[in-house]
Amino acid sequence: MIPATFDYHAPSTLDEALQLLARHGDAAKLLAGGHSLIPAMRFRLAQPEILIDLNKLDGLRYVREEGNVLAIGAMTPEAWLEESAVVQQRYPLLADAVSVIADPLVRNRGTVGGNLAHADPANDQPAVMLAYGATIVAQGPGGRRNIAIDDFFVNLFESSLQPGEIMLDIRVPAPGASSGGAYVKMERKVGDYATSAVAVQLTMNGPTISAARVALTNVNPVPMRSPGAEAALVGKAATEEAFEAAGKAAAAECDPSSDLRGSADYKRDVTRVLAKRAIRRAVARAQGRS
Amino acid sequence: MNHVADRFEKHSPVPEGSSANVPTTDELRITTPPKVCGMGHRMKRKEDPRFIRGRGNYVDDVKLPGMLHMDIVRSPYAHAKILKIDASEALKIPGVLAVITGEDLKKAGNLHWMPTLMSDTQMVLPIDKVVYQAQEVCAIIATDRYIAADAIEKVVVDYEPLPVVVDPFEALKDNVIVRDDKELKTNHIWHWEAGDKEATDQVFKDAATVIEEKMHIPRIHVSSIETCGMVANYDTAMQHMQIYMTSQAPHAHRTVFALVSGLPEHKIQIISPDIGGGFGGKVPVYPGYVICAVASLVTGKPVKWVEDRSENLQADSFARDYHITCRLAADKDGKITGMQVKTLADHGAADAAANPSKFPAGLFSIATGSYDMKAAHIEVDAAYTNKPPGGVAYRCSFRVTEAVHMIERMTDVLAHQLGEDPAAFRMKNFIKPEQFPYKSPTGWDYDSGNYHAALQKAMDVIGYHDLRKEQAEKRARGELMGIGISSFTEVVGAGPSRDYDILGIKMFDSAEIRIHPTGKAIARFGTKSQGQGHETTYAQILAEELGLPAQDIQVEEGDTDTAPYGLGTYASRSTPTAGAAAAMAARKIRAKAKKIAAYLLEVNEDDLEWKVDRFEVKGAPDQHKTIQDIAFAAYTNHPPGMEAGLEATDYYDPPNLTFPFGSYICVVDIDKGTGEVKVRRFVAVDDCGNIINPMVVEGQIHGGLTMGLAPALFEEIVYDENGQNLSGTFSDYLLPTAMETPKWETDRTITPSPHHPIGAKGVGESPTVGAPPAIANAVVDALWHLGVRHIDIPITPQKVWKLLRAKGVND
Ligand SMILES: Cc1cc2nc3c(=O)[nH]c(=O)nc-3n(C[C@H](O)[C@H](O)[C@H](O)COP(=O)(O)OP(=O)(O)OC[C@H]3O[C@@H](n4cnc5c(N)ncnc54)[C@H](O)[C@@H]3O)c2cc1C
Repeated sequence: MIPATFDYHAPSTLDEALQLLARHGDAAKLLAGGHSLIPAMRFRLAQPEILIDLNKLDGLRYVREEGNVLAIGAMTPEAWLEESAVVQQRYPLLADAVSVIADPLVRNRGTVGGNLAHADPANDQPAVMLAYGATIVAQGPGGRRNIAIDDFFVNLFESSLQPGEIMLDIRVPAPGASSGGAYVKMERKVGDYATSAVAVQLTMNGPTISAARVALTNVNPVPMRSPGAEAALVGKAATEEAFEAAGKAAAAECDPSSDLRGSADYKRDVTRVLAKRAIRRAVARAQGRS
Repeated sequence: MNHVADRFEKHSPVPEGSSANVPTTDELRITTPPKVCGMGHRMKRKEDPRFIRGRGNYVDDVKLPGMLHMDIVRSPYAHAKILKIDASEALKIPGVLAVITGEDLKKAGNLHWMPTLMSDTQMVLPIDKVVYQAQEVCAIIATDRYIAADAIEKVVVDYEPLPVVVDPFEALKDNVIVRDDKELKTNHIWHWEAGDKEATDQVFKDAATVIEEKMHIPRIHVSSIETCGMVANYDTAMQHMQIYMTSQAPHAHRTVFALVSGLPEHKIQIISPDIGGGFGGKVPVYPGYVICAVASLVTGKPVKWVEDRSENLQADSFARDYHITCRLAADKDGKITGMQVKTLADHGAADAAANPSKFPAGLFSIATGSYDMKAAHIEVDAAYTNKPPGGVAYRCSFRVTEAVHMIERMTDVLAHQLGEDPAAFRMKNFIKPEQFPYKSPTGWDYDSGNYHAALQKAMDVIGYHDLRKEQAEKRARGELMGIGISSFTEVVGAGPSRDYDILGIKMFDSAEIRIHPTGKAIARFGTKSQGQGHETTYAQILAEELGLPAQDIQVEEGDTDTAPYGLGTYASRSTPTAGAAAAMAARKIRAKAKKIAAYLLEVNEDDLEWKVDRFEVKGAPDQHKTIQDIAFAAYTNHPPGMEAGLEATDYYDPPNLTFPFGSYICVVDIDKGTGEVKVRRFVAVDDCGNIINPMVVEGQIHGGLTMGLAPALFEEIVYDENGQNLSGTFSDYLLPTAMETPKWETDRTITPSPHHPIGAKGVGESPTVGAPPAIANAVVDALWHLGVRHIDIPITPQKVWKLLRAKGVND
């Protein structure tokens, strides 16, 4: 469990980091919190020749509301979100999620940007950001661009970030009136990736669900939304029947693999159960009941 | 009466009398003031200042000048021929000094094989084939740990994969032979029996009720925080081998090393420094140790080898893996009358378990547990499979964990089947207090016990009857809640020399005490603490016996050059053996001290009586000599004709094992949607006889309960059909954390051991042994009304979910 040899750079400006990345190309990897990258290096599954450590880029560490969005710097540790009053008060889905990502040790170093850039369907932030409909801001040799989260996850461990690009910012639209969200995760123990988890963000119009985004963690090769679950909710009254229908749709649409967390069948059924619980909680929050 | 018992009669502070009369109390026995801090005081652990300051000294902290580093190439296959090992590219890396292969070990004196503690053999490094995944294939010696890690990646090994057998039942068909080095081409290793077959058959014929269950006690891993490792330092000039080693039994290991290597035993020094947890995993000798020692012999330089986490989790320190079929018989009154057991033990590729030599299945025949029954018959067959050797006594006195799980599960099934309350059913079937000393149907002599008192206390503390009411209400609402009991009997302290030895070495243990002129002391022992707190508890035993403040006594273990010979620490044996030796050695000192006191006070020895820390003239307490006065006199003014000094050694051969016990009650709630089990409450009442340090006991119990929770709900080493370990990292071998662990509620009863000099019994393993069935019983209790009789541990959410859905329960 000792990584292969590598060179290490710790640029102190974004420009410097971008230049290093341009110069070294594929041989280089960006290092954020290191909690996905370093384990892979220790097992020699990843053998980058050069590490470009972004930890000196303090300008990429923030969480603040800018008008109608919550802006999160890519290098912001998960723990900052846990401690953020804004997140706790206005972004309950995100607040739910950051308290169950890994364990406090990982959350102290692991970053929101790294969690998304790793494009691991087992990570929690992808489903959270899919449910919020967030936007990723990245900068590369060709300048700065926005990527809709729906276009971000391409494949297992593959995002639409281009070679030479660094993620700068995650922009989460502020939930409007009568909206609520929730994240419900089942894990075998604290620090484990989800057996399954469901992120829900929805808006109510009286007794009716007027908008909903439902996304799933670790039950698909690529982080996914569940269009069937969303369709089962939107325009429907918030009833147990609707929740069950949405849960069933999510279970049908995901494609989990069988492993020590459970068989594919088990994970599908747990996804159904968790989806109902997440929706129930999101509705309650939208209605101001919790 | 034998010699030991004689000594006990003369000196014991424990109320004498037959063990049947040993009274049970709740009250700690404290006879010394806090200044002395003898038995019963909650003394803070003397070792902790260095541990909490990061000043412990573990094997990996040992850094010697010129030290080289070893890393090991391991097999990716569970069964494969080795066609070729090519290390030429590795040897080109600057800093790589040597590769060591099986051929090299063969040339060095047939060191490519080694004996196991069970008189089997195990490969150190293979020549022809590998027999488990992660098996050591060859080793690289380099100047730097990182260079060694790079070099093993460059070693090219050509394998020809062979068919793999992972299931022991399949293995018994002998289609794939794991050990074709042996004359007999079979995977069947041995057959073993205990109890009376005919009597048991008769009991089953006469039974009103017979139940049968199959259960698997899975393969698990000790996962001590410190992995295994060694620094071997061979001095070519002095022809002396100094070894720092993660060893729970340094003296026995020295003897084994001497016998295997041919080095003279006085030229081998084994130092077992601070150990970061052993749990039985550091009792066997693993191939890495032998290769490391050879590497130092060959290079004449110190060589360090420390396993990384994955190596540790894939190659060694495995336990359990018993496939059990158990039957219980009961008469028409619901009295248990007999037990029949057939077990298949999966040993992996070698029988490298760590049992006393005469006990291939350990102390598994303790299986009748806390219940009085007429007859029992127990059979175990052992098989080879393509897995790493298993069977270490993981926080367990040699297979008692398997036995307790079986009997406690079966008792619950029988109670439920008969429609009786599991607590009342146990009360009815327990061995009664007046039956002690109790002879079990498989031949054990239980020293003392009071099972009713322990269970009653646990029921009172948890509020058992209210919980049953709550359960009924919840069940009516469709909620799933369960209450589980485990009333276990342990068997620890191996053991009496007539039966207990390891490779012929009797399982006594030892203590050596030297009191300095100023009344301070050093005491050395043949055991080796790995977190048990010996530096504190042994000092308290000596303080109790001699009146020397525990703070004034330095306890040392682990250096074979200085400590007296002993068999080490595992199987909860330290207090029953070395702890007893401490008391006996102290009593020898007290006998001499009495003579010195009589001389100093100019009275007859018979006129003196011992009071806490001094000899007083009977009826004239102001005429006395304290132990400190006497120690000083022993060097400055000792009686003519008497040797100077105040020292003693004792090699204690216990007359019997000790039988700690307890009753645990657990409450679980089950999530109908996901199948998750949540332990809501867990009350543990332990009886380990007289208590040396209640805080240390509670610490042992808290840790042990967590290690009992682990296999009940989380931990299992899983292999696929190719013999690949799927749980070879901590992301899939699920050690519970503080978050998964319920609040343990501990309590006690005290029923002293009648034969142990201080009435103590050993406690380190009770909770690991007793907890799993309490949890499993609680889960089954929650589901019994649905028709669930048994679930194998670990009870994962998926297993529960499957049963729930099969029984039509949904969310
Ligand atoms: C024991 C353990 C348990 C865990 N459990 C969970 C869990 O339950 N849920 C969960 O969501 N995660 C879990 N994780 C993963 C953890 O959250 C990681 O921290 C996260 O996945 C990656 O973030 P990081 O900052 O550590 O990134 P790193 O590991 O440093 O990087 C990950 C990848 O992202 C790239 N990258 C990082 N930052 C940028 C950037 N700004 N621009 C472009 N590319 C970038 C890196 O080059 C690398 O390829 C766990 C990790 C561990 C060790």
